[in-house]
Amino acid sequence: MAVVSSTSSTVMNNVEAVRATLYEAMKSDDRTLILGEDVGARGNVFLITKDFINEFGPQRVIDTPIAEASIVGIAVGMAMEGLRPIAEIQFADFIYPSYNQIVGEAAKVRYRSNGEYTCPLVIRTPYGGGVRGALSHSVSVEALFYHVPGLKIVAPAFPADVKGLLNAAIDDPDPVMFLEHKKTYRLIKGEVPNGHYTIPLGKANVLKAGTQLTVVSYGLYVHWALEAAVALEQGGLSVEVVDLRSIRPMDKATILESVEKTRKLLIIHEDNKFGGIGAEISAMVAEEALFNLDAPIRRLCGPDVPAMGYALPLEEAFMSSPAEMADAMREMVKF
Amino acid sequence: MALERTESKARAAFERHGLSDEQLVAMLRTMLMQRTLENRGFQLNRQGKIPFASASEGHEAVQAGAATAFERGKDILVPYYRDLGLELGIGLEPYEVLLSLFARAADHSAGRQFPHHYASRELGLHTISSVIAAQLPHAVGAAYALQYRGERGRAVLTTFGDGATSEGEWHESVNFAAVHRLPIVFLCENNEWAISTPLALQMGQPDVYKRATGYGIPGIVVNGMDPIACYAAVREALERARSGGGPTLVEAKCYRFLSHTTDDDDRTYRSRAEVAERRKDDPVPGFERLLIERAVLSEQDAEALKRSVLEEVNDATDRAEAMAYPASTTLYERVYAESWQPWRE
Repeated sequence: MAVVSSTSSTVMNNVEAVRATLYEAMKSDDRTLILGEDVGARGNVFLITKDFINEFGPQRVIDTPIAEASIVGIAVGMAMEGLRPIAEIQFADFIYPSYNQIVGEAAKVRYRSNGEYTCPLVIRTPYGGGVRGALSHSVSVEALFYHVPGLKIVAPAFPADVKGLLNAAIDDPDPVMFLEHKKTYRLIKGEVPNGHYTIPLGKANVLKAGTQLTVVSYGLYVHWALEAAVALEQGGLSVEVVDLRSIRPMDKATILESVEKTRKLLIIHEDNKFGGIGAEISAMVAEEALFNLDAPIRRLCGPDVPAMGYALPLEEAFMSSPAEMADAMREMVKF
Repeated sequence: MALERTESKARAAFERHGLSDEQLVAMLRTMLMQRTLENRGFQLNRQGKIPFASASEGHEAVQAGAATAFERGKDILVPYYRDLGLELGIGLEPYEVLLSLFARAADHSAGRQFPHHYASRELGLHTISSVIAAQLPHAVGAAYALQYRGERGRAVLTTFGDGATSEGEWHESVNFAAVHRLPIVFLCENNEWAISTPLALQMGQPDVYKRATGYGIPGIVVNGMDPIACYAAVREALERARSGGGPTLVEAKCYRFLSHTTDDDDRTYRSRAEVAERRKDDPVPGFERLLIERAVLSEQDAEALKRSVLEEVNDATDRAEAMAYPASTTLYERVYAESWQPWRE
């Protein structure tokens, strides 16, 4: 953590960490506005902004019409005129209408005006499955955006990272997509340092040291990968677990340092395998460290189907599990 | 609530809406400059000196009028790509236009953008892409910022063609502005053509301003070939916005005389007879005649004005052409505030 101005901490879950961080951002800078669907009177569908409208007023906590393209587009215009908007897309599955405003506009404002205008904008959205969200409340969208220069993308797994990375995203002078895995919202609790601090975007975190295999993941699956790796430790297998935290930029140095030590790489993510984040990591490691590898790189990812189904067997068939992850780790170590 | 206006007939009445002779001549000069610069763009393209040019011929009156109503230093302009006269009218220099055409390093976008995609905080001129209607939410966000900070007396003017009114972002933007009574003017330059698609294939009835009723805001229609009428309409709308009266949708009926761009050929989709008929309303010679008839300037003055415009364009052409292209290394600059690669090394 870059700046820690406090010694004490508070236990909270991920949704509380988002809420507390947004609250402090609203308190400390009146250029900060929140806009999105049902963020006002309802206080967001996960109650992240509950009561914000009473404290900060409807001018700063804006219930928008159901119009995702303009939620982002209006925030782009606000950012260009000196405000620090935080736009919310209620579920990542609803982000597609705003694709042009994110990819065609926000990501290119600085570049196309040669720095005359900038777009300091945060786009928050809950993503991910395992919550019986069916086709339109479960998707992962990171691969649709990580191809785009001009964007930064963050996907924290722990409450302390939520706070530090969200603060960094809000401070950032460029557009940042802040992806919150909704199954971790209330499932994952942890110590969160009090006071203001930031965690640099683009810095991964080695959660568990190991010598025989590197596992790289992010979001919900970080927790399951860690659970599997800790269990394998009792059987004498030594697995290193790296939490990416940031998807763009991505921490090449930490990944390579780990892989060059363990000589084996397993990438685990919930999003589809084809063209996913794991493909880019695999290519990078193959380019940079192929001759240091003792096994083929392996990816354990979501299947190439349009979405996970609503029926429990269809959701379970899409999602991985700590047991499946442990099997893959065991096979890789034994290779 | 839509306020229907009869098209004003400047020649009959010469209602000048408080515009001084000086202002009227400045408007004519902007219109002449716009046309001369755009002709220069097409010439340079045909000479093989630049890869692309576009024109707004037929839009001069609405743009000169709107620019005169715009208050530089206070208002914000969020234009579209066919707005050269508006940009010149609020202070863009012909030399900057030529830098854009030649894609030189000193261009506003440092040679990255197509011609006529400017960006200047000093002029209050927003950066845009070429994507239709994508700038409208930005204009609304800027207007929200003005209202949020309590900056009374300032407003946003945003412009678009008839084609843009089909986009979802157009609806979303007008609707949000109406909900929050934002200080913004939506100015539609209706030239009847979305590249090759005529108005009849774009909308079920030909009047954009009538949609204002559905949003609960005033809608005004004006003869887009009459610069004074356009000035009056946009001024009224901007004054309403600046004084807290909320948004207005203004529709200026004009016409696109030329092809969409140098890469288009309008002979493939519209008749020469139609274009020739509409040419009779050409606002540039029309406004010049009006000002001479009303003794705002003499024929000699008008000739001198045209000569000075041409000389300025010639000079700007030579100066801009002599400037350097951007260095290839600038491809990697201004992606982020920091010089960053996707990988953190």
